[in-house]
Amino acid sequence: MSVLRERVTLVWLGLVVLTCVTTWGLSKDLFSPAVAVVGIFLIAALKVRFVMLDFMELRQAPIPVRVAFEAWPVVVAAMILGFWFTTGAVA
Amino acid sequence: VDGVWVAIGADSVIFAILFMTFMQDRLKDPALFEMSRHTLNVNFGGIDTLILLTSSWSVALAIQALKRDHVDRVPRYLLGGALTGLLFMMSKSIEYFQKFAGGLTPATNPFYMWYFTLTGIHLLHVVFGTSLLTYVWIKSRRAAYSSLNRVVPECVASYWHLVDLLWIVIFPLLYLMKAA
Repeated sequence: MSVLRERVTLVWLGLVVLTCVTTWGLSKDLFSPAVAVVGIFLIAALKVRFVMLDFMELRQAPIPVRVAFEAWPVVVAAMILGFWFTTGAVA
Repeated sequence: VDGVWVAIGADSVIFAILFMTFMQDRLKDPALFEMSRHTLNVNFGGIDTLILLTSSWSVALAIQALKRDHVDRVPRYLLGGALTGLLFMMSKSIEYFQKFAGGLTPATNPFYMWYFTLTGIHLLHVVFGTSLLTYVWIKSRRAAYSSLNRVVPECVASYWHLVDLLWIVIFPLLYLMKAA
């Protein structure tokens, strides 16, 4: 078993890259707040999905279980972004 | 095994409710939340995320090795998971120490109440998960697990990945969510 050839290693690398993009890229003032926040939370939802499917191995789970868990990042990101857009701008 | 998934699901729902309550409180005073957010160190949060992702990866490798009966490799991956869990605790301790030294406590304002509540509950999960990983690491050194006997390490691994994914949301919520 070569660690480098494992799917979980590729997923881990992808998650690390996405974390660097949000932490040291999107969070800077290069983008408008709306673009940054939407991008950051869509990436967070994507990261959660990959942790669920590949680290938790839900890719092999029965469909109802998979749907229930995959709904979590979608609902959480939608809720956070919904509140964010409802909240007024800071002067 | 089903019980573990129910517990993981219930924990996820509780955290989702906490995230919603945080956003409701932020709605009342976004300026205060934005000002307070700027006092957090984004580098700490980012590095903490990388630590937990690496920890989860190590534990996932342990389960892959177990499935293929490469039992000699399992302890080292589990130890990697437990040690990175400890590293996260150390990082959070330094961050908390800096906050307390700067006079920032849960009583400072609603943002800091949420910062200490969310990161504190999550840290308790990390402590519990690291303890479980240490337990399965010790057992794996005695070759207690195999491809036919892997329910306990798989349950511990699933819990540990939950700890990882919760932080993936907590981090941007507290550290990165700039105001409109």
